[in-house]
Amino acid sequence: MKKFNFSRATKDNLWTYGIVLIVSLITGFLLMTGNMSSLMKGLLVPICSYVILAVSLNLTVGILGELSLGHAGFMCVGAFTSAFFSKITQNIITVDALRFVIAIIIGAAFAGLMGILIGMPVLRLKGDYLAIVTLAFGEIIKNVINVLYIGIDSRGLHFSMKDTLSLGLEEDGEVIVKGAQGITGTPQDSNFFVGVILIFITLFIVLNLINSRDGRAIMAIRDNLIAAESVGINITKYKLMAFSISAALAGAAGVLYAHNLNSLMATPKNFGYNMSIMILVYVVLGGIGNIKGSVIAAVLLTILPEMLRGMNNYRMLIYAIVLIVIMLFNWSPKCLEWRDIFMEKYIRPRFNKRVSKEVE
Amino acid sequence: MDFLAYLINGLSLGSIYAIIALGYTMVYGIAKMLNFAHGDVIMVGGYVIFVAVSNMGLPPVLSVILAMVLCTILGITIEKIAYKPLRNAASSLAVLITAIGVSYFLQNAALLIFGSNPKTFTSVVSLQTIKLFDGRITISGETIVTIISCIIIMAGLILFINKTKAGQAMLAVSEDKGAAQLMGINVNATISLTFAIGSALAAIAGALLCSAYPQLTPYTGSMPGIKAFVAAVFGGIGSIPGAFIGGIILGIIEILSKAYISSKLSDAIVFAVLIIVLLVKPTGILGKKIQEKV
Amino acid sequence: MALLETKNLAISFGGLRAVDGFNIKIEQGQLYGLIGPNGAGKTTIFNLLTGVYKPSEGKIFLDGEDITGKKTIDINKAGVARTFQNIRLFKKLSVKDNVKVGLHNSYHYSTLCGIFRLPKYRKVEAEMNEKAMELLKVFDLDKDAETTAENLPYGKQRKLEIARALATNPKLLLLDEPAAGMNPNETMELMNTIRFVRDKFQMTILLIEHDMKLVSGICEELTVLNFGKVLAQGKTSDVLNDPEVIKAYLGE
Repeated sequence: MKKFNFSRATKDNLWTYGIVLIVSLITGFLLMTGNMSSLMKGLLVPICSYVILAVSLNLTVGILGELSLGHAGFMCVGAFTSAFFSKITQNIITVDALRFVIAIIIGAAFAGLMGILIGMPVLRLKGDYLAIVTLAFGEIIKNVINVLYIGIDSRGLHFSMKDTLSLGLEEDGEVIVKGAQGITGTPQDSNFFVGVILIFITLFIVLNLINSRDGRAIMAIRDNLIAAESVGINITKYKLMAFSISAALAGAAGVLYAHNLNSLMATPKNFGYNMSIMILVYVVLGGIGNIKGSVIAAVLLTILPEMLRGMNNYRMLIYAIVLIVIMLFNWSPKCLEWRDIFMEKYIRPRFNKRVSKEVE
Repeated sequence: MDFLAYLINGLSLGSIYAIIALGYTMVYGIAKMLNFAHGDVIMVGGYVIFVAVSNMGLPPVLSVILAMVLCTILGITIEKIAYKPLRNAASSLAVLITAIGVSYFLQNAALLIFGSNPKTFTSVVSLQTIKLFDGRITISGETIVTIISCIIIMAGLILFINKTKAGQAMLAVSEDKGAAQLMGINVNATISLTFAIGSALAAIAGALLCSAYPQLTPYTGSMPGIKAFVAAVFGGIGSIPGAFIGGIILGIIEILSKAYISSKLSDAIVFAVLIIVLLVKPTGILGKKIQEKV
Repeated sequence: MALLETKNLAISFGGLRAVDGFNIKIEQGQLYGLIGPNGAGKTTIFNLLTGVYKPSEGKIFLDGEDITGKKTIDINKAGVARTFQNIRLFKKLSVKDNVKVGLHNSYHYSTLCGIFRLPKYRKVEAEMNEKAMELLKVFDLDKDAETTAENLPYGKQRKLEIARALATNPKLLLLDEPAAGMNPNETMELMNTIRFVRDKFQMTILLIEHDMKLVSGICEELTVLNFGKVLAQGKTSDVLNDPEVIKAYLGE
């Protein structure tokens, strides 16, 4: 039999794809056989978006090593540009699949463009300053969309920042974006299957990028900016590359999210800094720079509060406590020390004994 | 004349931001962490006063003092349980996420106890409204008390830091924890003290905020907390005069853009100004320039 | 024409003249030492030569080309590579990947080519791996290729930094205290490696060092720096016997 000799990175990547594949297959099976509560069904597409968001944010936070608190802003750009496109072409492009593919490309492209526009001036800021500026940009995007009115009539597109009336539409006109009420009646093209495919594409892009020449340059910048510069790495170019790819993928997640909703609104809950922070929580809990971890954390942490639904009002309280405890357990130097001692004392000897028995 | 009235309103809102930002900036200076839960301590302070005044019938001043005491205890406890174990963690993100966890915890605890319906807050200020220019400008008692409190707090803090031993210890710890420890400074106690002061200030801010905008919900502290943080960064995080200036400017910009541009876009304008300031001066108005040694 | 030449190089930090009137001429293939007491401005000169700082006065020529005031990455592309006094590795990357980052500008394929794993990706990566292993072998690091850089012992970390600098295919190699923290045996080994590198790659090397045994053992010429100014310059043996130099080092 031919023996495969995979490198450590390749093995790890195969695991990541494998886990996603198996979990999707099981979920798909449950879905087909009707063994899934309607609550879980409703969560499937959002979970896919969160996974994509977490993986893409990990590209910025874990691989590039810059803290961004505005990831939801890019998701928001992707959601609104694509929903806008789908709505106005609903009667023109009648093949749903084709329209949705174009919508995804448009959403990702606009979010990526926004990533470049924002990244160019702000990526020279460091650490917490960058964090607060990205947070500010995310809030600005959400805020502006909330006052944006766009209508269409026989003369073309009309924009306003005031109200529907000042759009000055003809009789045949239609208001597409209605300020705080957002976009209603977006075609519901998203489903679990598309979500899983998008997850795979995201993983493919991010994992292959990491293991390429460009990925190494990005990680070199993370590990030591001054040394990276000294060996001729173009800091600005690679920071911008990582940041904009991350933004574009967040945009794609936004497309998926938007086409799952009948009415799309930019509320603080779905596109505000709270969302950005929630995604960051997935990234840190899954492991900074650990792509597989981001996927797992995004899925588990979305399901956890739903599983606790029976406990009603206590569930978010429990969620908060679990979050704090996990952080202490995983990151406190003292706790890590105890864990090591515990492993040495109790777990490893038993494990070794069992192994040696098997050998006999 | 309207402009003057808006300016005074802005000054008042800015004073509240400044008080919150002072707490933010002190904690950042000393623990080098973004305390995302700071805004929620404000909310806790608000609820304590609400219960003390409405349910226990305590006089306003006593209620505020009670809130300060409880928030101080809360601040120190949070630091001890959630932040201190992570002080030397491998990534500074760890403590940031824990702070977010604490923020969720406080919000949801408040949600459980008080529900999501807004409580109507009775103002703790009993000062009369002042009318100027034949009544063309009215300045509420809350506004006056807020601005005066902010100035007193700011002056007090500067005196405390420059004139007392504990204040000097704070400066030393914020410069270099290791060196401060070697000089015989009790670093843990100093950090606790910083959290204590920050939280007490948050309680005062809670009292003033809820007196000016008397709707109290579990999320009341969240947005002002973020804005005050923006103010602290704006002024140069870690700098006390910076937090003061940042808070005031932010409050004025917010009120003026609400009045003259658009009430819905005022937040966006505030954030845009922050971005512009940081792009011109990457460490804020009064921030120190940091250069890495090669 | 000298490979490296500086003319009246100077820099001030807020009134303090850290380096003043610095002139140096290094020929192709020379092993040149820069010594001096702590705080004399040696590392500052490295930072000037590599564009980390911009000089307030003076000119730098590399192989006849004026590189004064250029950016660090352009100076590296022009042919200057360096190591750092406080080791600066890409500590979460493998030893091999550290070197491959050094090879970044010598091997090319597009971002899309990397993401879609096109044939060119495989071909170029294979070439990079081969080249990286070749360099690692010089420093006896080939067995540690897959180790994460931060897990290497100290001496090997210093060597890896040199390997990474060499990977950028420089004309001039700047070593900032390469023997710092090494024991006498490791230092001896390092001296041999540095000589080997010079001979094998016909490299020109300028090094900062406090270990006098290493300096007198391998450097052909020296410049002594004191308070930002050149105190002595010339053949190693002459310079080390200069009474002014002895005074600067040992005090009066």
